[in-house]
Amino acid sequence: MIAIIDYGLGNIRAFANILKNLKAPHIVARRKQDLSEATKIILPGVGAFDHAMERLNASGMRETLDDLVLRHKKPVLGICVGMQILGRSSAEGKLPGLGWIDGDVRSLRDDGLHLKDLLPHMGWNQIRVDQDSELLEGLKEAPEFYFLHSYYFKCNIPADIFAEVDYGGYFPCVVQAGNVYGVQFHPEKSHHNGVRLLKNFWELGSC
Amino acid sequence: MLRSRIIPCLLVRNNGLVKTIKFTDEKYVGDPINAVRIFNEKEVDELVVLDIDASVQGRGPDFKMIGDLAAECRMPLCYGGGITSAQDARHIMSLGVEKVALSSAIIQRPDLIGEIAEEVGRQSVVAVLDVRLDRAGHYSVWTHNGKTETGLNPVALAKDFESRGVGEIVVNSIDGDGTMKGYDLELCRQIREAVRVPMTVLGGAGSLKDLQTVIQKHGPIGVSAGSLFVFKGIYRAVLINYPSHADRERIQQGQLP
Repeated sequence: MIAIIDYGLGNIRAFANILKNLKAPHIVARRKQDLSEATKIILPGVGAFDHAMERLNASGMRETLDDLVLRHKKPVLGICVGMQILGRSSAEGKLPGLGWIDGDVRSLRDDGLHLKDLLPHMGWNQIRVDQDSELLEGLKEAPEFYFLHSYYFKCNIPADIFAEVDYGGYFPCVVQAGNVYGVQFHPEKSHHNGVRLLKNFWELGSC
Repeated sequence: MLRSRIIPCLLVRNNGLVKTIKFTDEKYVGDPINAVRIFNEKEVDELVVLDIDASVQGRGPDFKMIGDLAAECRMPLCYGGGITSAQDARHIMSLGVEKVALSSAIIQRPDLIGEIAEEVGRQSVVAVLDVRLDRAGHYSVWTHNGKTETGLNPVALAKDFESRGVGEIVVNSIDGDGTMKGYDLELCRQIREAVRVPMTVLGGAGSLKDLQTVIQKHGPIGVSAGSLFVFKGIYRAVLINYPSHADRERIQQGQLP
């Protein structure tokens, strides 16, 4: 059972639709009781880092999520700001992140994005795969995904970086540390590439 | 490399899709959900849906319709029409929409930009400027389906909106709307040079070549169109269409003859 965490941010219905089409059992989780049968977790998110953390902390699910991810090692997939809050901190805000993966969120503009380059990074971009990832299985060599963000996830451990994307320089867009996965782009809005990635996440550990 | 976005723009009125010429002469085009399904199959880059009745009738967004469209949409969706508060914007985002488009509401009350950006993030706040060339040859921004003149200059307004935190600016030429005679390249250039947020140009595209022209000059940029993607032929027969992957590649590379 995949739990899609609904804390008021992100495209819950788009995920639910894709999982429904894949015939993947799922639940939209709004309180901790909804997590009782969760074997995998999708953590969406859009908007500002602090706003996301405030809402997640206020959802009543935080402790249970920490328990599922850190103690029971259930796979979790953070998406966009849902990926960024997997880290420890963000240049965009003051609140600490979940700290499930060793990284910090930084501003693209502060880290060398040329002044002539537009922000946010908006649209379809090809990713560069650095390491084989279960999430990217079955996708062609440099698949395209939809991006919409101004901050990025800076990994402190290079081995956690599975793919990068170039916008004013390469930065991580697929990260993984153990059971914790994050993608900066929006698989739920990336047509067949995104559907395949979500299918791969659903099928993790099943074979 | 970041690609330019090719974006169908759908106008909704009374739950049906319509297409206008210079913001009048509307023609019924079909059912919005059906159109979204076809665009899913064609794997379009992004979709813009504008409810052209909402602000004019002084009513809020039709959340049920938006939710139904968003649930069907497998590409990023931008919705506009009748949004007047941060709560509206948050509600719409929660239905599965990536971006909210605002026009008259932020012209009347620019502080709304900051309020919405705070709620949903600035990357999801889109300003739409409907622009008409006046008799003296000056560009001016209009609202309420081109019925109300603001007297505001689009370049100055775009700069102001950028500083207030919009994540994208859509520039819509009322004079070009539905004419399929090509984009207003001068208007596009003026706005592109004035701001550093992503921008999308709308109004006038009549061929894939028109898209290519703007992309080659100003890419990465959004190129949006209504008529081009819903009509076929000189009699404007309704046929939802979108360039093939091969043609899209040619457009990006500037290789369309």
